[in-house]
Amino acid sequence: MIIDINFIGLIIASIMASAVPLILASCGELITERSGVLNLGVEGMMIIGAISGFALMTVTGSLIIAVFGAMLAGVLISTIFAFLTQTLITNHVATGLALTIFGIGISAMIGKNFVGIPGKEFPVLFQGLKDTIPLLGPILFGHSIVFYFAFALPFITSYFLKKTKIGLIVRAVGDSPESASNQGINVKLVRYACILYGGAMSGLAGAYLSMIYTPQWIENMTGGRGWIALALVVFSTWNPIKILIGAMIFGGLTIIQFHMQAIGVRIPVQFLTALPYIVTIIVLVVISRDSRKIRLSTPSSLGKSFHKDN
Amino acid sequence: MIKIVKRDQPSRAIFFFTPVLAIFLTLVAGGLIFFILGFKPFEALKFFFIVPIADKYGFSELLLKATPLCLIAIGLSFCFKSNNWNIGAEGQLTFGAIVSGGVALLFYEQEGFYILPIVILAGAIGGMLYASIPAILKTYFNTNEILVSLMLVYVSKLILDYLVVGPWSNPEGFNFPETRQFSDSAKLPLLFEGLRIHAGIFLALAAVVISWFVFYKTYLGFQMKVSGFSLKTARYAGYKGKKMIILVFLISGACAGLAGVGEITGPIGQLHREISPDYGFTAIIVAFLGRLHPVGIIFASLVVAITYLGAETAQIFMQIPKYTGQVFQGMILFFLLASDYLLFFKIKFIGSKK
Repeated sequence: MIIDINFIGLIIASIMASAVPLILASCGELITERSGVLNLGVEGMMIIGAISGFALMTVTGSLIIAVFGAMLAGVLISTIFAFLTQTLITNHVATGLALTIFGIGISAMIGKNFVGIPGKEFPVLFQGLKDTIPLLGPILFGHSIVFYFAFALPFITSYFLKKTKIGLIVRAVGDSPESASNQGINVKLVRYACILYGGAMSGLAGAYLSMIYTPQWIENMTGGRGWIALALVVFSTWNPIKILIGAMIFGGLTIIQFHMQAIGVRIPVQFLTALPYIVTIIVLVVISRDSRKIRLSTPSSLGKSFHKDN
Repeated sequence: MIKIVKRDQPSRAIFFFTPVLAIFLTLVAGGLIFFILGFKPFEALKFFFIVPIADKYGFSELLLKATPLCLIAIGLSFCFKSNNWNIGAEGQLTFGAIVSGGVALLFYEQEGFYILPIVILAGAIGGMLYASIPAILKTYFNTNEILVSLMLVYVSKLILDYLVVGPWSNPEGFNFPETRQFSDSAKLPLLFEGLRIHAGIFLALAAVVISWFVFYKTYLGFQMKVSGFSLKTARYAGYKGKKMIILVFLISGACAGLAGVGEITGPIGQLHREISPDYGFTAIIVAFLGRLHPVGIIFASLVVAITYLGAETAQIFMQIPKYTGQVFQGMILFFLLASDYLLFFKIKFIGSKK
């Protein structure tokens, strides 16, 4: 059997493409969680980003406005979460759930007029170089700018957390808000910023889905990716580089499912579709079994409210 | 001038007042959204909240939708009270329905008084089995129950889909994704001629009474309360944390499974692809809105059930997508959580009265 080497390249490229929204949303959520905030609203923010991006693209015709508009929409919707959890000191889990339910509802409400409209073609970079190198060509070239950004993001995030002063402040706030506050750091301000950043990245992830990956609007089109992104953060033990690995595994599961159907493997479709969720559970179990390691890498104040009495 | 002062202790009166405030604020915000969308706000709210329950049929539909919400929320309150975040009730509902539906299919075209109790029990067991997965993984493998219970929701829906399309699909059903009709003995009896409300409502009421008894009259209820308040205290008092975690998950799963039984053995009488319009997720809101109190949950389930009916009516008369119901549900929870601020803080208006 002869396997075309470029075909393998194409498969790897498609796995990477399906990993993009997971990387974006997970890296955003990772920063939020590093500051001690657990935002379960990723799915909601993502779907808001998806409809905002698609709607803005259809209405304005400008891809740049659409992409930045989707990020802004993610920021706006996460402001609700930030205001509730930081200013009104509400429970993170409940507020995040409300955000997801609200986001799915409002996106369908806005999206009503955009169902069935075809998307626009999103420009890709280095298209001409795609055929110059076997195997690596399709992997490296011919992708959208968001794709390249997503694969750079884990490294940028890692650098930010480890090497910059602001990154240090974020980690300090997440690990010990009391001592950070005593050092004169405005804990709530830092957490606000981290939540809004997470919102922007989830918004971008959503826009990638509705504008680049499958350019159209379908109700509920994120289909649980926001939740898998949340699981990936645990999977990575809050290390951005490992998000890259996790996202590739999950992207791979999604793509393999299509190819197995295509070559006629006689496994029920539903089982293949369920695979990413089942694997997520198994991975979570394996990662969490070592409770000491989890405790060491989890931001100490994750999910706990901080309030300074005057 | 406004000054915010911390209360010495949470206010009891406000504890039960804030849900009402949250509903009011949701109505105001909802009216505003309708106005932005270009509808007359009062008319739209009327279509959403009053028209659907104005007649006998509407009221029966309200109870029909409130029943699973109440049942699941009661179960969830066991988990939430003891700090266990089971958010996969939707999956437990689905799996309960699968197991009870499978048992009901075994009794295809058979009649007998014993069939219905077995079918109901099967649903409860199915829900418990499914809820035991996140519970066991949490207690013995330290795995986050939020993510596990949620991932299992997707899995359960795919199992259901596989069964109704494949091995369990009706052989005479022209490939529709549904099973055969259950025999009459496997169906919950309807309560009134021409209305869809069925005997499942008694399961919900029984759950209310039992949960009230457990919460306020038993040692287990006390242990749950302490664990919810402070896990350290619970450990110090020597409570068996692991056993309790598994127990509350099982109770919660049983309730969700029973809700699933009600959905398939009630008016529908067969398994099909979409047995629940996200009751399992909406019940989380019901549990909070009802303040995790059995009686509160009854009222909350009625209020939230209206958002389902209202969304359907609004879709028919105003062409508003049915997802509007979820917008309202999300807003109720937002406003409820926000108004909880008043529990711990007093807002004083200084200088205005002097």
